Amino acid sequence: MSETATARAPASGGDDALLDIRNLRIEATVYPPGEDPHDIVIVDDVSLALRRGRVLGLIGESGAGKSTIGLAAMGYGRGGVRLTGGEVVLNGRDIRRLGVRGLRALRGREVCYVAQSAAAAFNPAHRLMDQVVEATLEHGVASRREAEERAVALFARLGLPDPESFGRRFPHQVSGGQLQRAMTAMALCPQPDLIVFDEPTTALDVTTQIDVLAAIKDAIRDTDVAALYITHDLAVVAQVSDEIMVLRHGKMVEHGETRQIIEAPREDYTRALVSVRSIRHEEKRPTPEPVLTAERITAAYAGSLKVLEDVSVAVHPGQTLAVVGESGSGKSTLARVITGLLPPIEGTITFAGRTLPPALAQRGREDLRELQMIYQMADVAMNPRQTVRTIIGRPLEFYFGMRGAERDRRVAELLDQIEMGDGFAERYPAELSGGQKQRVCIARALAAKPSLIICDEVTSALDPLVADGILKLLLELQKQQDVAYLFITHDLATVRAIADSIAVMFQGKVVRYGTKTEVLSPPFDDYTDLLLSSVPEMQVGWLEKAIESRRMEAAGH
Amino acid sequence: MLDLRRIPIAALVGLVLSTLFLLTAVFAPLIAPYGMAEIVGDVWEPFSAEHWLGTDNIGRDLLSRMIYGARVTIFIAGLATVLSFTMGSILGFTAAVVGGWFDTLMSRFVDLLMSIPTLIFGLVVLSVLPSTIITLILVMGLLDSTRVYRLSRAVAADINVMEFVEAARLRGEGRGWIIFREILPNALSPLVAELGLRFIFAVLFLSALSFLGLGVQPPEADWGGMVKENKDGIVFGIPAALIPAGAIAALAISVNLVADWILNRTTDLKGGRGNV
Repeated sequence: MSETATARAPASGGDDALLDIRNLRIEATVYPPGEDPHDIVIVDDVSLALRRGRVLGLIGESGAGKSTIGLAAMGYGRGGVRLTGGEVVLNGRDIRRLGVRGLRALRGREVCYVAQSAAAAFNPAHRLMDQVVEATLEHGVASRREAEERAVALFARLGLPDPESFGRRFPHQVSGGQLQRAMTAMALCPQPDLIVFDEPTTALDVTTQIDVLAAIKDAIRDTDVAALYITHDLAVVAQVSDEIMVLRHGKMVEHGETRQIIEAPREDYTRALVSVRSIRHEEKRPTPEPVLTAERITAAYAGSLKVLEDVSVAVHPGQTLAVVGESGSGKSTLARVITGLLPPIEGTITFAGRTLPPALAQRGREDLRELQMIYQMADVAMNPRQTVRTIIGRPLEFYFGMRGAERDRRVAELLDQIEMGDGFAERYPAELSGGQKQRVCIARALAAKPSLIICDEVTSALDPLVADGILKLLLELQKQQDVAYLFITHDLATVRAIADSIAVMFQGKVVRYGTKTEVLSPPFDDYTDLLLSSVPEMQVGWLEKAIESRRMEAAGH
Repeated sequence: MLDLRRIPIAALVGLVLSTLFLLTAVFAPLIAPYGMAEIVGDVWEPFSAEHWLGTDNIGRDLLSRMIYGARVTIFIAGLATVLSFTMGSILGFTAAVVGGWFDTLMSRFVDLLMSIPTLIFGLVVLSVLPSTIITLILVMGLLDSTRVYRLSRAVAADINVMEFVEAARLRGEGRGWIIFREILPNALSPLVAELGLRFIFAVLFLSALSFLGLGVQPPEADWGGMVKENKDGIVFGIPAALIPAGAIAALAISVNLVADWILNRTTDLKGGRGNV
C-alpha cells in the first residue's frame, strides 16, 4: 500500500477515480432568534478524489465540515443541510442528480457508513446478525445464507470472539469495542465500493481503540474498498490512511500523502496540529507535606460492588497528580470521594494537616473553598441562565463576601487571567465556544483561591488545539498561584505534558504510583505497558509496532 | 430590551385582549353603565341602545353584569393560580432537592389528593364550608397545587442531577440558593406554559362550581354563574347565556397566546437577546 502511496500524487482525480468530489459546496439555513433566517456555507469549494483500495483521512476541529463532506459522499445532508454546488461523482455518475430512488439503491450497496457511536447506531431490540446483513438482503446482493456466511467470515476477520455465534447476541451483550467492529462488519457485508468512517474510535478507550484501528485497517486492505476516514485525531488518522486532507472552517487547508503531512507539513495550521501536545513541563519533586492525602480509601455505590479498593494517593502543594486509567477504573469515583459526594466505606482524607469529614454536609466552608472542581463537560457545569459575571462572581460573594464594584473588579481580573476580556462578563454560557466555557469554569474554581483543584477529564471534550491552550493555561496558573491539581484523565499524552506524579488505576486499584519519571520508566507492569503502548503516536507505522510489542489484551470498552 | 415590533401577531392579539380583560376587571365600577344587581328592564330584552347586550333572566343589564363578572372571575381565578403555583412549585422543588422521606411523604400525600376527582372533592368541601370568596380561593388553589407540585418536582429532579447544581453543592450553597437561583430559572419555561393553562383551568373550574351553585353566590356576578342564570333562555333563542361563555373562551385563548410567547422568550438560553 505504501508503494502505491508514494508512486502516485494525491488529489489528481483522473478517470480511474472511484469517488471524485469536485468543488463541493454545502449550505444550511440558520434561524437565529430575533433575526431573519439566512444561509451559511458549511463546506466551501472542496475537491477530492479517491481510488479503490485507498484511504483518505479527513481531519479538522469541530465544525470544520468533515462529517458533512463524509455524508455528502452518500448524497446525504444531515439536519436540513443542502448540497448546493459542485459534483459528487461515484462510479462515474454524479449522485447529486440521482433522485430519491437512485440514492436508495446507492446507499448500503455502493457506499456504507460507520458512525461514531455504534452503541447509538444499533437498534437494541434486534440481534446483531439481523442488523449486519440487513443492507445486503435489502439490496438483494446475496441470499440470507450467503450473507450470514459472509458476516461470520467478517466477524472472524475483525477479531470478534466466537464468530459463529456472535451474531446471535443483542447489542447490549457485547462491549463498545466489539460493537464498533460489528458496525464495521455491517458496512463491509454488502461489499461496497466506499466506506465512510465517521470518528469510529473516538468514543472508545485508548487500549481498545488500537484493536479496532488494527481491525479496520486489515479489513480495508483485504477487501480492497476505498474509505473516507473522518477524525479529529491526527495520530489516529496517520495509522490508517494513505493520504490526509486537513480542513478548517469548511475549506481545505492542506492535502497530501500521510507521510508528508506528518513529517513535513506545509501550512501553519497543519504544523500546529502536528506539534500539538508538545508542552514541556519541568517535573517537581514531592514535598514532605502533601496538601491532600487519601489513605486506604475503599468505596462503593449503594449496595453494589466495590468501585475503589484500598486506594492511597497524595497531592503535593503546587504540583499535579495525574490519575490515569480507562473507563470504569474508578478515577472519577476517587474524585467524588475526595469532594465528599460519596463518603467512603473505609479510609481517611487528610487535607492540609487536618482530617476531612467524609460527607459533604459535614464539611466547613473553608474546607469546601480550598478544594475546587472543574468538570469534563463545561456546558452542563455552568448554569445556562447565569451570566459569566454571576458564575465567576458567586464564589467571590459566597466565600469572601465581596459585593458590587469590588466583586466586578475581581471578576475582570479573573477573566484577564484566563485570557478572556472583560467584555465576556455579560455573556451567557450559550454565547461562548467550547474552549471559552472551560476557561470560565477554571476562573470559577480560581475565584475561591483554592489550594487544590480536581480536574475531571477537563480537556477530553475539546479539540486538540483548544485542549492544548487549556493545558498551557492550567500550567501557567499553577506557576502563578501555586495551586495543586488532581488531574483525572484517560489521555496519556496529557499526563506526559503536565504531571509531576502519576497514579495508574485499573479496576478500582492503584497499580502503579510514583513520580512521573518513575511511572513512565521501565520495567512496566502489564497494564501500564498496555496503556502506554496504546497511545497513538504521530508516526506512520506505529500501529503495527505497537500491536506486535504489547503483552496484555485490552478489555474492550 | 423589549422590542414591540418584534412581538408576533398572535402574541400581540393575546396581549391586547388580556390587557382589555384586566382593565375591565380593575375599573368595573367606572365602566359599567348600570349597577351590578340593579333591575333596569324587562326579562331577556334584546340588544338595544340602552342595553348593548340586552338584559338577563330577571331584567338586569347584561353588559354591566359581564363587566362586574370579569372582576370576580379574574380575581378569584388569578389568586387561586398564584396560590397553587407558589405552593406547588416551592414544595415540588424542595421535594426534589431534599429527597428522602420528605419527598416520599409529600408525593404520596399528593397522590392521595389527586386520586379523588377535583370537581367532586371541591363540591364536597364547599358544601361543608361556608361559600365565601376566601374559601373558594383556598380550595381551588390547594387542589390545583397538586398538579403544579407534580410538574415542578419532575422538572426539578431532572435539573437537580446536572453538574452545575453539583458544583453549587460543592461550593457549599444552601437549599435556598439551589432552589431559587440554580433550579428555578431553568424550570421557568415549563412552569410558565403551565401557568397559562392552570389560570384557564381555574377560570373553568370556578365557572363550573358557580354553574353548580357552589361557587360565587348570587347576587354577585361571575361568568359561570351567569351562564347558569341564563341557560333557560337558549330554548327561546335568547343568546344571553352564550355571551359569558364566549367571554370565558376569549380569555382562555388570549391568556394562552401570551403564555406561549413568554415561553418562547424564556426558552432562549441567551437571555432573550437574540443570536448576534
